[in-house]
Amino acid sequence: MLFLKLILTNLRRHRIRSIISLAGIAFSVAAMLTVVTILQGAIGMFSGILSSDSEIIVFERNVSDLFFSHVPASAAAEIAAWPMVAHADPVLFGVVSSADHPIITCFGVTEADARIRKATWIAGDRLRFARQPDGVALGERAAAFLSASLGSSVQIGHGSFHVIGILKTANGFEDGGVFMPLGSAQSFFHQEGASSVITVKLRDKDDAAAFKRTVQSSFANLIALEDAEFTRSYSQFRILKATAWAVGGCGLLLGGLGVANTMIMSVFTRIREIAILRVNGFSSLQIAGMIFGESALVSLLGGLTGLAIGTGFLYALKLVPALHGYIDVSIQPAVLLTVILLALLTGIAGALYPAIYALRIRAVEALRFE
Amino acid sequence: MTSIGNGPNGSSRIVLRAEGVWKSYDEGAIAVLKGVDFSASEGRTAALCGPSGCGKSTLLHLLGGLDQPDRGRILVNGRELRRNEDPLHRLRHEVGFVFQLHNLIPDLTLAENCLIPTLAAGMDRQSALARLGQLTERTGVSHRLDQRIQKLSGGERQRTALCRALMNRPKILLADEPTGSLDAQTSASIFDLLLELVATEGVTLVMATHDRRMAERCDQLLEMRDGRIHGPESV
Repeated sequence: MLFLKLILTNLRRHRIRSIISLAGIAFSVAAMLTVVTILQGAIGMFSGILSSDSEIIVFERNVSDLFFSHVPASAAAEIAAWPMVAHADPVLFGVVSSADHPIITCFGVTEADARIRKATWIAGDRLRFARQPDGVALGERAAAFLSASLGSSVQIGHGSFHVIGILKTANGFEDGGVFMPLGSAQSFFHQEGASSVITVKLRDKDDAAAFKRTVQSSFANLIALEDAEFTRSYSQFRILKATAWAVGGCGLLLGGLGVANTMIMSVFTRIREIAILRVNGFSSLQIAGMIFGESALVSLLGGLTGLAIGTGFLYALKLVPALHGYIDVSIQPAVLLTVILLALLTGIAGALYPAIYALRIRAVEALRFE
Repeated sequence: MTSIGNGPNGSSRIVLRAEGVWKSYDEGAIAVLKGVDFSASEGRTAALCGPSGCGKSTLLHLLGGLDQPDRGRILVNGRELRRNEDPLHRLRHEVGFVFQLHNLIPDLTLAENCLIPTLAAGMDRQSALARLGQLTERTGVSHRLDQRIQKLSGGERQRTALCRALMNRPKILLADEPTGSLDAQTSASIFDLLLELVATEGVTLVMATHDRRMAERCDQLLEMRDGRIHGPESV
């Protein structure tokens, strides 16, 4: 109790400095949480597109980006005919632009595709999809930013299309995307007879391993991965995750420097007090424990404050119409734990030099220090 | 060797010893102690007297492990102090300090300041509080336990420092001008209290002081001049 009071006394003694230090950690943690959660949400959404009513993705082996994957239509037909497969849906990804929106994701899908079947059709009739080659269905947000309504024409890239439906999904990419009949998309993107991926639903999930082996033996250029496996291994996702943690880490490093500065000042201003504790028998471990305890407390409080700020910020972002569907506020427990642990580690690292300095204080000299 | 005679019950167990101790500052330019030999027996009181700069405080610091000698050795209860074994922590049960400036932590209360050595010694809270009650009762500050140090008078602060020094029941008390910052009346009462406490607790007291009248009330008066102990003088 007294030990804790010694820690708290010093924090209270320099309130403003403690608050600034705490704020440094809090904003760093908030920044890290925001960046990591947004990116993980984006990754989750993209994975969600692929795993809609399916559990396996088949795509071209060794491609760095699914947009460059080339899967022949014949493969989709063959896979769909395998007895273990419930359904196999070819999907062609493409990116186009409009006047105000440089990136609009296009999905070339069949009328049986789960993304079409499972979406809520706000306007239009799902059964009309793919009946006319220039007919497209727009996500609700895409319809809004393209100022399109049912029956209107929209200019997408170099082509003009007829809006046959507007659909609503919880996925930001789909909500801001354009759904084209697969054949039209193949022509539009000059990918005749091909798709980017095939999403596969098995009759029995336990057949996944057998399915992957069959793909490997039947198609040398293709690879089949289960959804979770894909999310873990896809290089784009890994780069995004690494970037998010690196950006967040830089923020935390700055926060750590703030803690280090505070702790150095804290030790400098209590040289005499540390000497008094030494003279009264405090061990090196107890002195170091006091310094590290002080810094850990600032970091922990800063970390928790940062989590609150970050979560609030994410909820605020979710309310921004332009970001609708892109922000997933479900913060993963692993992210929470990692962020708090990193904040604590940063704080402790920031207290290393001050603790070493404190241990080097010579009591006999420090007692003369006023 | 200068030694403080036999203990009150006739024992002559040496609890504190300095053997051929040298100490200098500024890389040897200022020699403060020049081969001091000194020993103190259990339960005796000794006063180190002498002009400023003669080495009284330096000797006390070396005896208590606050500083290390350039040459020679210090033995506390027969065991040599070594610089690599955190001597202040090692001596937490054996040696208590009282300084001229009380050296209390201003943001803590009287009770908290007194409990610091028990925290260092790992004493359980119940025993620590019992000891605190006992000492503060005897020193007359038990009614001020929850007061912060800033609110205490000079005399109360030095009484608190006395309590703190004795919390872990040390067998040796080193006092460096313990009444030097107090007025004459307070100074006398604190010194009376100090002698009473060391007598009842059976503590060996080594005190540095300028005040010859106080020094003469100790079992032994040791004169320090030019980095050496001269005497002992009989009192």
